[in-house]
Amino acid sequence: MSTETIFLTYTDLAIAASLLLVNAILSLCFGLGLEKRLLIAAARMIAQFALIGLVLVWLFNNVSLLFTGLAAAIMIIFAGRESVARQDRRFVGWWSLGIGVSSMALAGILVTIFALAQMRPDPWYHPQYAIPLLGLILGNAMNGVSLGLNNLTNGAAQGKLAIETRLCLGQSREEALRPIVREALRTAMLPIINSMAAAGIVFLPGMMTGQILAGVDPEEAVKYQLLIMFMVGGGTAFGSLCAILGGARLLSDSRHRLRLDRLQTFKSE
Amino acid sequence: MLDGLVIENLTRPGLHPTSLRVGKGKCVVIHGPSGSGKSLFLRAVADLDPNNGHIALNGETRAMMSAPEWRKKAAYLQPESAWWHDIVGAHFTHLPAAKTLAEAFGLYEPIFDWPTSRLSTGERQRLSLAMVLASKPPLLLLDEPTSALDPENTKAVELELQKQLAGGSIILMATHDRAQMYRMASDSLTFCSGKSTMEKL
Repeated sequence: MSTETIFLTYTDLAIAASLLLVNAILSLCFGLGLEKRLLIAAARMIAQFALIGLVLVWLFNNVSLLFTGLAAAIMIIFAGRESVARQDRRFVGWWSLGIGVSSMALAGILVTIFALAQMRPDPWYHPQYAIPLLGLILGNAMNGVSLGLNNLTNGAAQGKLAIETRLCLGQSREEALRPIVREALRTAMLPIINSMAAAGIVFLPGMMTGQILAGVDPEEAVKYQLLIMFMVGGGTAFGSLCAILGGARLLSDSRHRLRLDRLQTFKSE
Repeated sequence: MLDGLVIENLTRPGLHPTSLRVGKGKCVVIHGPSGSGKSLFLRAVADLDPNNGHIALNGETRAMMSAPEWRKKAAYLQPESAWWHDIVGAHFTHLPAAKTLAEAFGLYEPIFDWPTSRLSTGERQRLSLAMVLASKPPLLLLDEPTSALDPENTKAVELELQKQLAGGSIILMATHDRAQMYRMASDSLTFCSGKSTMEKL
């Protein structure tokens, strides 16, 4: 097994980036209105990656619980913000950010510590392990939370009549909201279930592909990928459960009323 | 007064303080133009929206009960009906009672096995009312319960409601139908931009 790494040049990356440009042109042609979002997201990604490269080098040279913790906190807050940023109907005030950040914190911290307990790096907070793991878990949990919350709030707004009819029949808020909570949880978990089912046959997950391309033994890459998939699955489940149950709680009050007034009105672009 | 319904200074956004006393077996009709606060008032009584004020039914205070307990006693029938299961019968918890009521409204047995999508607007309205009446709530908050019905079915519904009144139920009913007002009620509560006035009919 060769462990030689083929180094990429910036020209290679530029050619790969042209694929995204094709997408933007297609969006323009079909009037999808996605081109602006796509290009902004791509530009952000480039800037963020360049920055994180520098930050990681610095963190690896200055191993400390404080710095690792600080980096983790910033990641969690950003993930929380991003997970609620593109919702059709956001919760009013600080609730939106609160739900995003608290579910990200729960999923990220719990699962990362669990993963670190398996890998036993020394020291346990070494950023080479803690930061990429947390990032992977947050990135996936974010998708689940964002899809699930969007589904929950849309479900509540569109299903108002049915939910209130059930409340009028004397059902509790938990009973009345159960169908939309279930639907939201399914939506949140579906992508991760799909990718677990198809992993290895339809596609090699990004991390494993990266490790193999970088010259790691496939058997080791598989073991790491399995660990990651379990972490990612667990993180998505914890994060979406926290966000959706918290969201359902916010959508109702202690007198078992449906509180759509706590949602901002629908903004279609 | 222990028996009956007591409402004192019920307020919510869009509703001026409203007070009301209704004895057992009485029906008060609520009328006024669209958007005048009829539904806001009924929803506030059912505690479906945030509101303030004292309400007691037959000596029991609303604030002392959980909201689901209260809504089992003070049953609000929404102006539009909602169906969330695929089959009609799956919505009913008191099925035998509901079937008897549905028959009184001219809807017979196999209808409970129908897919929900097969129901007409009028059938939906009568079945929703049957769903609410089946649990025998002592206070009925009915928001235009006969708006989609022809005169014959309206009569069947009114007959059933009068039976409920004779059994001691209290009804607050919003309606646009003046003739129905005189048929059903002894008093009326007229709303105009959130303010209400009580009248003897």
